[in-house]
Amino acid sequence: MLDATPLDWAWGIVLYWLLLAGAGLACRRHARLVTGLLFPLGALGALAMAAVGLAGLALPAGHFVLPIGLPDLPFHLRLDALSGVFLALLGAAAFGVTVYGAGYFRSMEAGPLALLALWYHLFLAGMALVLLADDAYAFMVAWELMALSSYFLVTTDHKVPVIRKAGFLYLLIAHVGAVALLLCFGVLQGGHGAYTFDYMRSAALTPFWASAAFLLALFGFGAKAGLVPLHVWLPEAHPAAPSPVSALMSGVMLKTAVYGLLRVTFDLLNVQLAWWGSLAIALGLLTALYGVVFAAVQSDMKRLLAWSSIENVGIILAGFGLTVIFYADGKGGLAALTLTALLYHAVNHAFFKGLLFVGTGSVLHSTGVRHMGALGGLIRFMPWTAWLTLVGVLAIAGLPPLNGFVSEWLLLQAFLLTPGLSHQYLNMIIPVAAAAVALAAALAAYVMVKFYGVVFLGQPRAENLRHAHDAGWPERLGMAWLAAGCVLLGLFPSVVIGWLAPVTRLLLSQTLVNDGNWLMLAPVSAERASYAPVVFFLVVVAITLVVFFGVKRVYHGRTRRAAPWDCGFPEQDARMQDSAEGFGQPIRQIFSVFMRVERETPDPFDAQPRYRGDSRDKVWLLAYQPIADLVAWLSAQAGRLQHGSIQWYLIYSFATLIFLLVFTR
Amino acid sequence: MTAGLILQTFQTVLAILLAPLLMGWVNQCRAWLQGRAAPPLTQPYRVIRKLFHKDAVLAHDAGPLFRFAPYILFACMALAAGIVPTIANDLPFSPAADVIALVGLFALARVFLALAAMDIGTAFGTLGARREMLISFLAEPALLMVFFTASLISHSTELPVIVETLAHKEFVIYPSMAFAAVAFWMVSTAENARIPIDNPTTHLELTMIHEAMILEYSARHLALIEWAVALKLFVYSALGIALFVPWGIAPAGDLAALPLAILALLAKMLAGGAGLAVLETLSAKMRLFRAPEFLGTAFMLAVLGMLTHFLLEA
Repeated sequence: MLDATPLDWAWGIVLYWLLLAGAGLACRRHARLVTGLLFPLGALGALAMAAVGLAGLALPAGHFVLPIGLPDLPFHLRLDALSGVFLALLGAAAFGVTVYGAGYFRSMEAGPLALLALWYHLFLAGMALVLLADDAYAFMVAWELMALSSYFLVTTDHKVPVIRKAGFLYLLIAHVGAVALLLCFGVLQGGHGAYTFDYMRSAALTPFWASAAFLLALFGFGAKAGLVPLHVWLPEAHPAAPSPVSALMSGVMLKTAVYGLLRVTFDLLNVQLAWWGSLAIALGLLTALYGVVFAAVQSDMKRLLAWSSIENVGIILAGFGLTVIFYADGKGGLAALTLTALLYHAVNHAFFKGLLFVGTGSVLHSTGVRHMGALGGLIRFMPWTAWLTLVGVLAIAGLPPLNGFVSEWLLLQAFLLTPGLSHQYLNMIIPVAAAAVALAAALAAYVMVKFYGVVFLGQPRAENLRHAHDAGWPERLGMAWLAAGCVLLGLFPSVVIGWLAPVTRLLLSQTLVNDGNWLMLAPVSAERASYAPVVFFLVVVAITLVVFFGVKRVYHGRTRRAAPWDCGFPEQDARMQDSAEGFGQPIRQIFSVFMRVERETPDPFDAQPRYRGDSRDKVWLLAYQPIADLVAWLSAQAGRLQHGSIQWYLIYSFATLIFLLVFTR
Repeated sequence: MTAGLILQTFQTVLAILLAPLLMGWVNQCRAWLQGRAAPPLTQPYRVIRKLFHKDAVLAHDAGPLFRFAPYILFACMALAAGIVPTIANDLPFSPAADVIALVGLFALARVFLALAAMDIGTAFGTLGARREMLISFLAEPALLMVFFTASLISHSTELPVIVETLAHKEFVIYPSMAFAAVAFWMVSTAENARIPIDNPTTHLELTMIHEAMILEYSARHLALIEWAVALKLFVYSALGIALFVPWGIAPAGDLAALPLAILALLAKMLAGGAGLAVLETLSAKMRLFRAPEFLGTAFMLAVLGMLTHFLLEA
């Protein structure tokens, strides 16, 4: 027991989750048992997984072979630093979300709840197995387990037609992506039929086949990560799932795609051509900008968050591209900086997006409304949810001293170092690309002010919101864990970078030099750039307090309450505030080329006017709709063969027979 | 270290105390240029003092976010004043935040103010918040590009190092900084709610941006916001000085240069304030939807500056 390696523990926790999944099915009649026992137990497993991940970071890689699977294809498992960091991410985020879920799912009926517990724990186990798999076969099995269990989680409310449709779209694109991955592994094994990652590491591929493998991986993992133009499923499927599941899908599942891309590119291929990086940067920045622009025009709060996930994946992918470019150019130290930035952002995103999704879950739970135009003023009725969500909002908006800022800061520093590259044009263009990252970050702040301001601030836009109840204690605990993660990851970046060092050593055989100390982050050198979030935070808090108490002491501090002034306008009501559509209007106007806007403007004499503005994604209309129409047309043509009369079917059989006879002669 | 700490505190306090004076000077110049009788130079101090003595009136639904935002805003601007070198270059706080963190600091203040503006839920409050976020998301990348140009020249994002490179190394003319300077001016008018993006003295509600956000504030809260706004103008001016005309800022460890540095700062601020007043008098406020074009131009200029750096200076 004591000499068990982290890998043994990780495999043990996967088994434990599988066991909990089975137990969930057994508790079909005992709803209280599922939420009161199974989910807390699952959360404990997640916490243990986070610890295992951290231990796996520090210890050398361990691997073993499991005697399951097909006769000649046993499962190979391996836990190295790269798996370790993503396992830690999975465990830490899943702990908060599962604790939250223990409270959130209490209102569900016993039957669906038991199924949910089954798929939920299978989903956790599937994600962990993806990170542990060390051969293509185990990887694909785990990948499918993850995709299928999340499909059933997305369609938890399968009686709603829209959700069934979203689930179908998700399943479809997940499988198109999976086919690409299968082909990618086919290329990687180089025609020798050995599918272990160990073998793939040693197989030498020509640049052509390596590029083919990379492009297939980019396509396959991009489909899972929501890379434009493969993103169309994401804003449909993530909002359709119950909120804790959305949190896991956005916060963790997208990261398994990032993991896969890193694993294939740096570990298995290890021959990086610089143009792969350029492609990834271009696609990443496109994804980031596209995602954030669409996030700004959404009126459904969960769709808004889903689009924002697309943005964050784009930023991570841009970081990935930059890492490839640096590494291919032999700038190991800079590659280490960029890799650290992208891993940091992946971890951060798991925390703040998880927090925001569960926060919207509490709102949804107590109001039943997802449309932001029907919410408002919830900070007064749901203070716990609102204040904890505020931490996530500030973090995702990239504001210091929270965690979102640290990773963006690191990434921008990396962009600034590109003039060191030996390529003539790249080193000029890429700092300009930093502007796109900056634009995405600034727009993210816009999106988050919209999200928080419309949902939690202002006047309630409906009377029943005044009776909204706050989240229960398990929910608060889960949110507090995630919020604490956002704060601590923001305040102590040097510690986190120390944790990430084994990953950069593993993939790039170089670590990021921190020239500062535990207080101060100074990648490369302190002369070049430094940032000390603790000092920053303490100074802001100290000045705030000094001014607050100073003003209170020196002056009188008297306060009166009155009706709001609003330029003396006498009749104000909640409908005069900006709706979600109203707040997004400038963005819609500026970026109107990307979207097709559908508007319903009310009649001027309508006593209860309702405005609806919907901004449709042009990628769907231009790329997917024609394919869907073509498929529908082809199946309609194929449908003509079916007449329902037996004579025709006999003629078909006869014709087929003749045809085959001709060929077999 | 102790000398540095004293200098740091001195510089920050000096900035906080002098900031309303700069505001008063700009207002005075504007009045002269427009042919009005000018208010006294100390008018902003009087306004702040008056506001501190008044009873605060809060809307019924104003929550803690609304009440605390002015303090946070003020604290952010005070920290910014501590980071930007105004008179001396060895600042112990400076490594706590580089230029990118400075941009983040401004964003933090702005987001808190925008959220506070939405807290009560009045029509003008949300309108102001929306417009402010619109302007800022256009201005922030341009501002970062300006900083990037400067840091590509000095190989650092630390303000003291940038100042050191530009002011105290051998004299070099950087054509890229000319582009950056124009872009910086355009961005700072937007960020400080000045003409042509916003009008600080407007009384027409429908054109307001910054003023619409702070409509509901009164007394001590308003005083802090006004002070913070003056401080922000001061910090931006100091940034402009540090990036484009840094000569005179005392180098690290040279205490004898301090009196000269203070004089240089005052002279540059006087000139800059007068220049701002001239530009504000010469231009008119533009429609809100012309702002993206204006700031887009600023962004393109900053990018051009960066490309110029690669072509001519690298």
